[in-house]
Parts: sequence; C-alpha cells; structure tokens
Amino acid sequence: MSDARHAILSRIREASLPGRERDATARLRRHRRNLQPECARSSDAELIDVFVRKAEAVQASVVRVAGLEDVPPEVSRYLRHRNLPAHVAVAPHDDLESMDWAAMTITAERRKPLDSDHCGVNRAFCAVAESGTLIMTSGPDSPSTMNFLPETHIAVLKESDIVGAAEDVWDRLRASGRASAGSLPRTVNMITGVSRTGDIEQTIQTGVHGPRHLHIVLVKET
Amino acid sequence: MTLHRLRSERFRDSADEALSDAELQANLAKLRGNFLARRARARDSLPEFDALVDEAVGIKNHVLDHLDTYLVAFEEAVEASGGTVHWARDDAEARRVVLQICRDAGASTVTKGKTMVSEEIGLNDWLDEAGIEAVETDLGEYIVQLAGETPSHIIAPAIHKNRRQISALFNHHHKNLPDREADDLDGLLADARQMLRGRFLAADVGITGANFLIAETGQTVIVTNEGNGDLTQLLSGVHVVLAGIEKIVPTLEDASTLLRLLARSATGQDMTSYTTFSAGPRRHDDHDGPDSFHVVLVDNGRTGLLGGPNRDLLRCIRCGCCLNACPVYAKVGGHAYGSPYSGPVGAALTPSLAGLASTSHLPNASSLCGRCEEVCPMRIPLPGILRRLRNEEAERGASPPVMRTGLQLWSVIAARPWIYRVLTSLTTRLLAAMGRRRGHLPRLPLTRAWTRTRDLASPAGATFQSRWKAGERP
Repeated sequence: MSDARHAILSRIREASLPGRERDATARLRRHRRNLQPECARSSDAELIDVFVRKAEAVQASVVRVAGLEDVPPEVSRYLRHRNLPAHVAVAPHDDLESMDWAAMTITAERRKPLDSDHCGVNRAFCAVAESGTLIMTSGPDSPSTMNFLPETHIAVLKESDIVGAAEDVWDRLRASGRASAGSLPRTVNMITGVSRTGDIEQTIQTGVHGPRHLHIVLVKET
Repeated sequence: MTLHRLRSERFRDSADEALSDAELQANLAKLRGNFLARRARARDSLPEFDALVDEAVGIKNHVLDHLDTYLVAFEEAVEASGGTVHWARDDAEARRVVLQICRDAGASTVTKGKTMVSEEIGLNDWLDEAGIEAVETDLGEYIVQLAGETPSHIIAPAIHKNRRQISALFNHHHKNLPDREADDLDGLLADARQMLRGRFLAADVGITGANFLIAETGQTVIVTNEGNGDLTQLLSGVHVVLAGIEKIVPTLEDASTLLRLLARSATGQDMTSYTTFSAGPRRHDDHDGPDSFHVVLVDNGRTGLLGGPNRDLLRCIRCGCCLNACPVYAKVGGHAYGSPYSGPVGAALTPSLAGLASTSHLPNASSLCGRCEEVCPMRIPLPGILRRLRNEEAERGASPPVMRTGLQLWSVIAARPWIYRVLTSLTTRLLAAMGRRRGHLPRLPLTRAWTRTRDLASPAGATFQSRWKAGERP
C-alpha cells in the first residue's frame, strides 16, 4: 500500500506545477479568511433577526424564550400543538439535564436516541446567521444521531451563540481548543433546515431520512 | 486506469436511442430549466458571487500546485484523529482496499451515501461478487439501484425516471409493503424511508464520498440534503470515505468559501440541509459514530491530468451545473454518455481520465455553445478543453474518413470567399424553394442524422451576406 502512496506522490511531483511556493504548509496555520460576503457580516444587532429569517426560509420553526427554564414549557406547547406524545429523548447536556421536564408532564429520557423516538432535544454549539445554519458538535453531551434519527428535532440555541459567518464557527472551535487534529469533535454537523429530497420528479419532499420537522428554541439568557 | 462500465464508444447509438425514447424525452423536458432558474436566483441574491468564484478558482489552483504537500498534511491529520489513510493508484486498487476493509470488519451489508468515485471504480458490482450487499441510500441512487441502472445526473441520479416508473419499481421490490399509486408521492417517500432506515441500522460498514478533504484538520466533508450520508456513517461500525485526490482544500476557511458556491450552483440553495465534517472514529466518550475510520485517496488517472493542458478539470466540484446548462445533455440525458460523468464535464473528463481510444465521440457531444463555461463556479474552460480533445482525436487520425474529407472540402470553400458566396447563395435558394410549402424540410440528402429526429427549417430565400449588401439592416 505504501507503494501506491509513493507512486501517487511521485507522479504529482513529476507534473509541472507552475505556481509552486516553498512552504505551502504555512497556509495551514494562518487560518486566513477569504472574501467575506456582505451577508456574512451582520452587525451584532441584526444577527438574531437574520438568523431567524434565514432559518424560517428553510422550513425550520423558531420560537424565542427568555430563559433556559422556559424551554420545557415551550417544548410542551410545541408537542401539544403538533399533537405529538409528551415523550422525548434529551441529550445528556448540563443545560438540558437541569431542566424541570416533569413539571410539564413530559417524559424526558436522557440518552442517545433510538429508532423508535419520534422527538429528540439537544443543544446547539452555535449557529450561523448568514445561512440560518445550526452547528452541532458530537461529544458526551451531544450524540450526533439526535440530529438525524427522530422525525422531529428540537434544538436549543442561545442568542449569544449566533455568529455571522461560517468562519466564525471555526474561530469558536479553535478558541474552545477543539479544532486541531486529535482534539476535534468526531462530527461537526452544519444543519440548514430539514431533511429534503427532490429525487422524484424534482418535487421537494421533506423528511426522507432525517427529521421532517426542525424546531429551534432560541434562549435569550446569556 | 479504467472507468467502470465505460460504454462511451456507443455514444451515437445511445444518443439515438435516447432521442427516440418518448418517455425519457418527456421526463427530460419536464425537468429542463428548473435547476438553472434556481441557480440564477441564488447567484443574483449574492452580489459577491463572481468575486467568490475568482477566489475559489485561486484556492483550487493553489491546491493543485501543492497537491503532494496537502495530501501528506491531510494524511497526518487523519492519523492524529485515529483514522487510517489508504492510497489507490487505480480503480482495481481502490476496490481491493475497500473489500479488504469490509472483510476485516466481517461485513455482510454495506450502506452507501452518494459517491461518484464509487461509480468510477464499479464498487457495487465488485462487492456483490464478493458476497457483500451494498445498498445505496440516497433516494435517487436507491431508485437507480433498484432499476439495475447507474445515475444519469451527478446530483439528481434518477432524473430520467418519472413517478410512474418509480412507483412500479417500489411496488416490485418492496414486497412487504402495500402497493402505491404513482401519484402518492408521500407514500413512496415513506416507504423508502422505512426500507432504508432498516438498512442503516443493520449495516456493518458505511461508505460515503467526500466533497472536500481538509488538510489542516484531516476532516472529510459531505454535503447532502437527505441526511443519508450521516446515518450511513453514524450507524455502522466502520466509516469508509472514498475520495479523489483533488478534493483537498487547505483550511476550514477555504472550505467555507467553496461551500458558498457549491449548493448555489447545484440546487440554488444557500446551503444544503446537511454539511458534515467527520474526523476519525468515535471518541471514547462519544455516544455514537463509527469505531473505525478509513479514507481511500483515489488517483485513477487524476495525476495524469495534473501537468497537462486539461488540468483545469481537476478544479471540478461536481455541482452538476454544466449538465443543467447543456442543450445536448437536455436531449440525450446522462446515460447516453456511457460514463459515470455525463454532460459537458463528463464529455471532457471521461476522455481525459480513460483516454480517447474508447471515448472518441464524447468531445463531439457538444455544440460548443459555451453555456457550461458561463455557469461553471470553477471557471473550467469546458468548450476549450473539448475543442482540444477534438484536435487530439483528429491528429490521432482516428476520425472517420467521411468527416476528414468533408472538413477538408469545407476548409477549401471557407477560405475562398467567392466560392463560398456562390455556393451558399445557390444552396439557400434551392432549400428555400424546396421548403416553400411547409416552411421546413422533413428530409434531405446527407442530413439523415439530423432530419430523423427533427425537421430542418428552410431558409428565408437569401443569404445574410446578400441581404446585407442589398442594404438590409437589423
């Protein structure tokens, strides 16, 4: 197998490569941003509105609440509104574990989701206003399957975690010490709306493999 | 190297068959323009689109100049995350690598997210022969797999099928489910979801492609709308990523720039529903994810393009935009090209990877109208490359004698204005007289290839030059 590696690298080096620099690896450490379009540069005041508008444009629903303690009542309201049973799988995240689910007579099971779960709740790492995108990072407090297995996905997001551009996400990951090989989350999911397909006559249909519904509970408290 | 099930030598026959297939023509006609209109809207709502294209082209060119450096950096980073990198010179080597991984895992079933490299190397047939069942999970890929076909479009694999054909396939194959009416689209979707959910949960190995490989972090990136690529990699014990070596980008920032162009060019979305960055196997305290992670870096002819005149093709991000813009693709569909890669990029890439000997018709499968180059987010000069391949073909002396003689005759006429004027003026008047009654000519000597499937409009009676001379102005 190392033969193949050697052969491929040799073939590349034999090709004439006109723009070759001495040390291209320096680019890997600089993290220089390329052109940032206007839509990725919302002011702090606009960030939340832009995010909500963009997320709703891709069939997510967004509800704003004042504090984390308001999340279970909102989830309860949402489940009743959608006529779903009061039974959810909840990611084992501190913010979600400390909530009083029982007061809302919701059965909240703190675990990774099962195929039979119709609704899962987890906490977003952050979100990107530019495209209305949620960022979920895998870890002990966030199973990635929560984003895909249940037909209804409820994501809890703090307003202060909304950033303007996709590049801001990478800065946040680096600041949290989780952006170098070896410390990265196994999976970083950028989620923009619901699972969809156009494979039958280009008719847009939702919920083909992942969630049919994405509900974002946006929490004001910082 | 070879491309699996390459049937490009049949292009003329396949194109004829496609043109006379009324159902296919109806399916293709219904879909025309849809993707392009959405792309145009997405492009118009991003004022910096063209500037981003310039930057993206710069990133890709930079990567090609330093491909070895970045591949090695990527390999180190994957290993630092606990993953394994494999290198494959050609299709056969890539197939062996994947089979070995499957065997080591004791796999009997494999789920697959969309991967064009897998089509290139013919992985499904190979696994099937080895007794391993491979299940395509992208809805379009699932449909073509049930039909025993290959994808006919890079991002819309089953674009050549209508709901009646799809429901018939489902009713035939979904034996444990009740039959569906063709118009019950929700029901068809629910059935596919149910069938494939079972497959995800039972799979031993999950195989995906990669839209990008990030040298900085060793992450592989997939871009999907369905979420099938995610369930494929999260629910099986082993995640195998098949990627062409040109998929490398240096940093997360560079990937972000390219992502702003990919979905807009492909489907007209700002972002697809799911963009997923995967690094290594699950961590010790993770709840889910694969126990092992393999990336197979596939050359299969790509290094051959690197130092040559067609190297711009290596910038391709497989958005499918040029297929949507192409008048030839719109009439013959993807299968006629006889290659995993169809449309303008397929007509250029297939001969570049597999050689002209078995693909000589493909460079001619274009009117050189230039729409593909106009819409390409990587500014690949497709008409220029096709023209160069035609040259190569002519120099090889492999074009048919009729064509060579015809072109020689043409060059004599075209280089002598008076002969040209006399001949065109005579021909125009003759054709105008012949077509006077109907306004078109259903049949004409030497033009059977054209008139078999369409009428030739008859000229108005005088040539452009003579009308101009007579003082006519638009």
